[in-house]
Amino acid sequence: MISTVPPAAVLIAGGLLVPLIKGKWKSAFMLLVPVIGFINLIHIPEGAHFVFTVFGQDIIFARVDKMSLLFGYVYHIIAFTSMLYALHVRDDLQHVTGLVYAGSALGVVFAGDLLSLFLFWEMLTICSVLLIWSRRRTQSIRAGYRYLLVHAVGGLVLLAGIVIHLKQTGSIAFGHLGLNGTASLLIFLGFGINSAWPIFHAWLPDAYPEATPTGTVFLSVYTTKTAVYTLARGFAGTEILIWIGAIMTVFPVFFAVIENNLRRVLSYSLINQVGYMVCGIGVGTQMAINGAVSHVFAHCIYKALLFMSMGAVLHRTGKINCTALGGLYRTMPFTATCCIIAAASISGFPLLSGFVTKSMTITAVGNHHMVVVWFLLMFASVGVLEHAGIKVPYFAFFGHDSGMRPKEAPLNMRFAMGIAAFLCIAIGLYPYPLYDLLPYPVVDFAPYTGAHVVGMAQLLLFAAAAFVLLMLAGVYPPEKRCVNLDVDWFYRMGGRLFYYIADKVFNGINGVSDRLIARGLPKVLGQLSRRLPEILTLGTLLPLWTAAGTKGEALQRKIVKTRAALETGTAPVGISAAVATIFLVLLFLMM
Amino acid sequence: MSEDRREEKEYFFDHPRNVKAVAACCLVLLVILLVAEFFIHKHAHFPWEDWPEFYAVFGFVAFVFVVLVAKYILRPIVERREDYYD
Repeated sequence: MISTVPPAAVLIAGGLLVPLIKGKWKSAFMLLVPVIGFINLIHIPEGAHFVFTVFGQDIIFARVDKMSLLFGYVYHIIAFTSMLYALHVRDDLQHVTGLVYAGSALGVVFAGDLLSLFLFWEMLTICSVLLIWSRRRTQSIRAGYRYLLVHAVGGLVLLAGIVIHLKQTGSIAFGHLGLNGTASLLIFLGFGINSAWPIFHAWLPDAYPEATPTGTVFLSVYTTKTAVYTLARGFAGTEILIWIGAIMTVFPVFFAVIENNLRRVLSYSLINQVGYMVCGIGVGTQMAINGAVSHVFAHCIYKALLFMSMGAVLHRTGKINCTALGGLYRTMPFTATCCIIAAASISGFPLLSGFVTKSMTITAVGNHHMVVVWFLLMFASVGVLEHAGIKVPYFAFFGHDSGMRPKEAPLNMRFAMGIAAFLCIAIGLYPYPLYDLLPYPVVDFAPYTGAHVVGMAQLLLFAAAAFVLLMLAGVYPPEKRCVNLDVDWFYRMGGRLFYYIADKVFNGINGVSDRLIARGLPKVLGQLSRRLPEILTLGTLLPLWTAAGTKGEALQRKIVKTRAALETGTAPVGISAAVATIFLVLLFLMM
Repeated sequence: MSEDRREEKEYFFDHPRNVKAVAACCLVLLVILLVAEFFIHKHAHFPWEDWPEFYAVFGFVAFVFVVLVAKYILRPIVERREDYYD
C-alpha cells in the first residue's frame, strides 16, 4: 500500500517546486508531476479521506467516488499533455501557475465540503488571471483585470451562499443542494458564473483569447469543467438548468460565425459545449448525467487539442485572425491534421470522441420527449460544425493562401497534440472503457447503431455541403477585421461611464474647492489682513478727525499719511495705542 | 517573392485535380448516406425522425439559417471598428 496525499497536493506542491529545479531536469520534473499525481490518485480508495475537523466541521480533501474520479483522471491527462505542450516555454510563472491551476481544480473536484471547495475555487481564479497576464500585453493585462472582477463577484456570491447555508443548516458538507432558498440560489449563481451561463458568459471570450498560446490550453479545461462538476454534484435534476444549457448551446453559435479571432471562435464554442453538459445535468436522469460527465471527459481532450493547434499557429506565425491566416496546411500538415481530428470530434462525427458522448445527452433529452430542447441541441450541433468543425481548420489551414510558410510546430507541441488526437480517436472507436468510468452503469444506450451513425453523418455532411454551396455562392460572410460587441460591453462601457461620472462629480467638487478655497480664500484673507488695520484705524480716526474739525485737503492728507504709515509699518505708537484703546472701549461697551 | 513562388514546391490542394477528387469523394459519400437511410432500422424518439432524409434536410437548412442570421441580423447589430474599445 502506497501512502497517499490529497489529490490536489501533488500538482500544487510540484508546481511550486518548478522554479527551484534548473537545467535539463526541469522538463522531466514538469512532466513527472502529473504522472505522480495520477499514480497517487489511483491509489486512494473510494470514500472520504484526509478529513480534518475544524470548529466542529469536517474539512474533506478527498471525497473519492466515480464522479470525482472521472474528473480527476481527465484533469491529470490534460495536465500532462498541456505541460508537454508548454515545455519549450522559458517562463517559470506560466509553469507554476499551470500546475497550481490544475491542482486547484482537483482540489474543488475532490472537496467534500464547501469551505475547502471555496478556497480552491478562489485559487482557480487567481491562477487563471496569472495565466492571462503572463502574455504581458496591454490587452491581456486589461482582460485579466476584467476577468478578475467578474470572478471576484462570482466568488463573493458563492461565499455569501455558503455562509447563509452554514447558518441555516449548521453544516458545510457539500452534497446535493437543489434550489430551495436564498443560500442555494446564491451558490447556484456562483457556480453558474464560472460555467459561463448566458449573460454571465462574456468573461470567457473576452479573456481566454488574450492568454498565452500555452496558457489558454490550461484555461480551456479547468475553470468551466470544475463548475460543471459542482453543478452535477449540487444541482443535478434542477429543471432550469435544462433551459440554461440549451440556450448556452445555441447563442454562441451566431457569435462564432462572425468572429475573426480564431481563439475567440473556440471560446464561444467552449460555451456551446458546456451548454450540453449543463443541459444534461438539468435533465438529471442517470443517462443524462452519464452523458454530461462523459462529455466533460471527451470535451476536455478535443477542446484542449483545438486550442493547442491554434496555439501552435499563433506561436509560429504570431497571428490568430482569420483575415491574416490561411493555407498553412502546406507547411504545418501535422498541426492541421490534429486540428481536423479535434474539429471532427467536437462536431460529433462518428468514430470520434464527441459522437459517443454528446449523443448520450441528446438521447436522454429524447427519452424525456422534450421537443424544443431536443431541437435546440440538434440545431446547436450544426452550429458546432459550422464554427469549430469547419471555420477553425478551414480559415487557418486552407482557404485563401496567406503566403506564410511557417515551420511545423515544435516537437513537444507535436507530441502533445499527437497524444490528444490519439485519445479523440481511441475514445471514438472504443468508448467502453470510458463508459465503465461513468457514475452510473450505461444501460439502454449504444452509440453505434445504424440510425445514430447515418442520422448524425447526414446532419453533419449536409451541413458541410451547405457551407460549400454558401462559399461558392459568395453568401458566406467574409471575414472582417472588427470587434463584435457582447455582454462585456455593459461592464466595459459601464466602467467608462462610471469613470466619466466619477470624473465629473469628484473633479467638479475638486475644481470648485480649488477655485473657492485653495485659491479664493487665501486671496480674500490676504487682502483682509493687509487692509484690516487700515480699515479699523481709519474707521476709528475719521469720526475723531471730523469731530476735531479737519476737513477737505487736510483730511485727505491725513488719510494718505496714515495709510502710508500703516502699509510700511511706521505708524506712530500714539496712534496705534489710541486706536487699540478705543477699540477695547468699544468692545467693552458692546458687551 | 515571385521568384520564391515559382521555385516553391506544389502542395496537395494546389492541383485542381486533387480538389476535384476530394469533392467527388464527398459527393459520393452524401449519396451513400441518402440511400443508406432506407436500409437501417430506426428507433425514433419523435415522429419526424422517421421522415425520409430528415437529418440531411435539417442539417442543410439549419446551417444556412445560422449563417444568414449571423450575417444579416447579428453582424449589423454588434459589429464595431477594431479599435472600438481602445
